[in-house]
Amino acid sequence: MSSRLEQGVEAMRAQMDARVVSYFSSCVHCGICAEACLFFTETGDPRYTPIHKTEPMRKLWSQEYTFWGKLASKLGLSKPLTEQDFADWEMLVYDGCTMCARCSMVCPLGVDMAYIIRKVKEGLRAAGYSPPDLVAAAERARTIGSPMGVTVKTLEATIRVQEKETGLEIPLDKEGAEYLCLFSSGEIAGFPEYIGSLARIFKAAGVSWTISSQYFEATNTGVQLGDSGLAAELVERVVAAAEKLKVKTVVSPECGHAYRTIRWDAPNLIGRRLPFEVVQIMELLDQLRQDGRLKTDGTIDDRLSFHDPCNITRRGGVLKQPRELLNMVAPNFVEMTEHGAMNWCCGGGGGVSSNERANELRLQVFSVKKRQLDEVKVDTLVTSCSNCRHMLEDGLEENEMELELIGITELIAGHLVEETPDRGQ
Amino acid sequence: MITAFIEGPLWYFALVVFLIGVAWRLFAIARIGSKPDLSVPRRSAAVSGFMTSLRRFLPRREMGSRIRLHVLAGYMFHLGLFALLLFAAPHVLFLQEHLLGFGWTPMPYWAFIVTSQIAFAGLLLLWLHRVLNPVTRLISDADDHVAAVLTFVVMLTGCLALMEAFTGLRVLHRFTVELLMIYFPFSRLMHAFTFIPSRAYTGALFGRRGVDA
Repeated sequence: MSSRLEQGVEAMRAQMDARVVSYFSSCVHCGICAEACLFFTETGDPRYTPIHKTEPMRKLWSQEYTFWGKLASKLGLSKPLTEQDFADWEMLVYDGCTMCARCSMVCPLGVDMAYIIRKVKEGLRAAGYSPPDLVAAAERARTIGSPMGVTVKTLEATIRVQEKETGLEIPLDKEGAEYLCLFSSGEIAGFPEYIGSLARIFKAAGVSWTISSQYFEATNTGVQLGDSGLAAELVERVVAAAEKLKVKTVVSPECGHAYRTIRWDAPNLIGRRLPFEVVQIMELLDQLRQDGRLKTDGTIDDRLSFHDPCNITRRGGVLKQPRELLNMVAPNFVEMTEHGAMNWCCGGGGGVSSNERANELRLQVFSVKKRQLDEVKVDTLVTSCSNCRHMLEDGLEENEMELELIGITELIAGHLVEETPDRGQ
Repeated sequence: MITAFIEGPLWYFALVVFLIGVAWRLFAIARIGSKPDLSVPRRSAAVSGFMTSLRRFLPRREMGSRIRLHVLAGYMFHLGLFALLLFAAPHVLFLQEHLLGFGWTPMPYWAFIVTSQIAFAGLLLLWLHRVLNPVTRLISDADDHVAAVLTFVVMLTGCLALMEAFTGLRVLHRFTVELLMIYFPFSRLMHAFTFIPSRAYTGALFGRRGVDA
């Protein structure tokens, strides 16, 4: 066994816990998970069956945790994991799974495939079987602080442009602010108007906020790659930035995996509770609405629908808030047939969007979203994740679909009543 | 002599293997443990885990026609099997005399026939799906087939035994049941028990995030 294979097997072995063992002990190979996975439904290729994507870990479990597996290993009748297994599963796991966890919602035995796949990635990564693009993005995140190479100078330049456009000051490194806003590099580079929208909403609602020049990146490539060490390191940077500015709450932006990571995974990655609260921007905006601090004027008359980002909705629990916000400004809002916790993924989550070799497959499986959009016949599509937005843009363009695409924060900011609230401050 | 062996030592051996085996498998899972989740939950993980362990008895509406065969055949087989196990007259009598000391009203003969037909049809449909569908053919292994065949043989000998034409058929049924009991803890049949922690783990994870899984 080569040393890198040994490292991969050892990393996977370290991931084995009671949950994984009970999952593998329960799976009856019924194949229902395949019917929930867009990579199977849109390609018809059985290799994309979610539980099949966990095969390296299942094999390890079988050989080390079952009677027959142990017996076969002792008698030399079973084949141990090989480098070829890792090579074969690299494509299935990194290119053919967004870890959207739709499969985890339908398994009659309760198997959470996404949970296992995240662990399989740890093994593949340790063995050196990861997509080069994702590895490069992770390296940029480690060295530059952004998977896309967005530097603090780029952020400052973007802030200046947004300040000019909104006529508002965007607070950088303001100690003692209530909220620290993080951004995804994709937002800074692709949708900088999100920052301006925040400035306008927060000004109107009287929210004390800031951005940290020390660390502003919300995404976590370590989670996408399956490198818990890097993932923890990136979380620690957020913690250090928040502690330095003495903020009470960190606001996760319109980015799916960023929210899931900082809200749900982060304490487990660093082994302690976070010294601040975490809210997703939809949660904060909805709270401001409930408090009467977010007021809108006018509506968007377009027939529009909402794409639920998997990591914010299904794996994050933010289901109602975006709908409450849409109800403020969109009287012609219609739901897609499968939405909320059973939405279909955009096809680019879990690091797939950073993996160029998966582009063809990603655009192929977009057909499910195309079908959904064709059914509801909308003029505008709204979402709350910049990565989904990029993926949706790609898919719409590929399929020559004429649809407006917008983020909720931007939509709300566009209908804002911009008066200085009398909050006795 | 064979009858005495099957109804005596082999029965006790099968019972011990089954009980200790199942208990050991469940204990082994618990012993591995999982790291505590340090994130601040939105709601109770325990309640969510319990709710999901019940909720997953029903398929999600959104899956609709895509899993119609799985659902129909699955219900036919499992409900039929449990009805036979608990309400077939010889089983009620056996439980009363050998294990519990009390019994209940068994199902009538015609109901046994109907129920067993449903259970057989469900099992056969599931197995045919397993060997014909490209997905299940890819992911199935020997254990899946052994478990299906063993269960089929147990049900078949059970039906034959109910005819009560020969004592030998009853003994044969008893023998196949004992084989199944011995095989059970070492096989995927364990899902009959491990589905509870499996569903509960997933329900707890999603539930603490505020999602009904």
